[in-house]
Amino acid sequence: MLKMLVYTNIKTRLRSFFIEIGELSYFTLRFLKEVFKAPIEFKEIIRQCFYMGNRSLLLVGITGFIIGLVLTLQTRPTLMEFGAVSWMPSMVGISIVREIGPIITALVCAGRIGSGIGAELGSMRVTEQIDAMEVSGTNPFKYLVVTRVLAVTLMLPLLVIIGDAVALFGSFLVESVKGNVSFTLFFNQVFSSLEFGDIIPATIKSFFFGFAIGIVGCFKGYYCSKGTVGVGIAANSAVVFTSLLLFIIDFIAVFVTDIFYDL
Amino acid sequence: MTINKNISTKEVVLEIKDLYKSFGDNHVLNGFSLKLHQGENLVIMGKSGSGKSVMIKCLVGLMEADSGTISIMDKDITKLTQEALDILRADIGFLFQGSALYDSMTVRENLEFPLRRHSKKMGDHINTTELVVEALENVGLADAIDLMPSELSGGMKRRVALARTLILKPKVILYDEPTSGLDPITSKEIIILMQEIQKKYRTASLIITHDVDCARVISDKMILLIDGTDYAIGTFKELSASNDPKIKAFFKQDL
Repeated sequence: MLKMLVYTNIKTRLRSFFIEIGELSYFTLRFLKEVFKAPIEFKEIIRQCFYMGNRSLLLVGITGFIIGLVLTLQTRPTLMEFGAVSWMPSMVGISIVREIGPIITALVCAGRIGSGIGAELGSMRVTEQIDAMEVSGTNPFKYLVVTRVLAVTLMLPLLVIIGDAVALFGSFLVESVKGNVSFTLFFNQVFSSLEFGDIIPATIKSFFFGFAIGIVGCFKGYYCSKGTVGVGIAANSAVVFTSLLLFIIDFIAVFVTDIFYDL
Repeated sequence: MTINKNISTKEVVLEIKDLYKSFGDNHVLNGFSLKLHQGENLVIMGKSGSGKSVMIKCLVGLMEADSGTISIMDKDITKLTQEALDILRADIGFLFQGSALYDSMTVRENLEFPLRRHSKKMGDHINTTELVVEALENVGLADAIDLMPSELSGGMKRRVALARTLILKPKVILYDEPTSGLDPITSKEIIILMQEIQKKYRTASLIITHDVDCARVISDKMILLIDGTDYAIGTFKELSASNDPKIKAFFKQDL
């Protein structure tokens, strides 16, 4: 009896998961179809870019700074043990630019921007604002979804660059206090160890991270139901689903980059 | 059941024929029909969950009916392209039950929004500020122009929503429960405002309500939506005098 109940439960959950994946794929296809159609809502895209960038800047900066500090403090003793403390700027530079910067920034933005989009569109749905927009002759998908997804996709790489820069600065502060390393020496070592092969994949990956945050947040909010409770669910599930998706995209990106390195 | 067919010679601006809509096994509309003439106030009354809002959403293309025809100003909306439907929507005003003002925009921006979308109808050289001020003056809220919706009371929100509905000078206005959630005094103010607007612009209005006072004051003709059909059609006086128990239930106020 219990076995049957567990089996039915798993079956129902898997079914609804795959239905959701199907609906999200359809939503993404609709985005790709609508994004190239006129009219392009330039003003709204710029407004959303400013809003999203501005709203996340401080959080991304603080998180990046702390990550830089912690990473350097935690790694320093081990590198000292091996007499390799001079490698610190290179090690921190590569790990931040290649991996830690993009993924941490994306996770912070998933919490900040993704949940915000989910809640905003969700509340617009339950208070009939999206219907009002449609009745007034506006395509709400184009005005609300396309603009937000484009804005996050464009802004996330910029936020990643800022987050990386602040993280490296945090790392430099630790190095300057503990190892008496000058600003020029630290950043010379950072940049001499970085190659285009580190920067380009990380930047491309950031665009995909941004797209994932935008599309999932919009999807959850746009199809929100069940009143105000639904708004909370939309915001929450947008963050959970996006976080999972970010790690999957990251894995694929690392896998693909690895193939290119081997060539 | 038609109490009075009241054949009007005025132009028909909106017509629904045999509308059916179901959600699974729940048959909400079962062959509902209506005709709205130019300058007429048609009230539709029905119990909660009887399908009034579904019907009005089918009317503006927010929901797709299972079968039946809906024609607005001689255009069958079920056969229109999205572009043609958007153009037609400029002639249809819709007042939502919860006002549906855009939270992120000021009152001015809320009113400018439909104007920008339909600049073709209004002409390229429209003075948006002038039109916004005029629409707000019509509802007595010219001072609220720079306020955010969150700063307005329920009655003020309904007035601003009405101003937004009016700004494109629609030929037909659809009201979805215009007085629901408002106190009796504010409800009365909204009803008076609706009458003034109707007189000033000679619009045809379709009003969904279960407020008997609203129906009594504003209706030229009424339809009772029962079991998904246009169960009874007539004036308020005729319907309220009916002996049919189903009709009587709507007008009996005591518990």
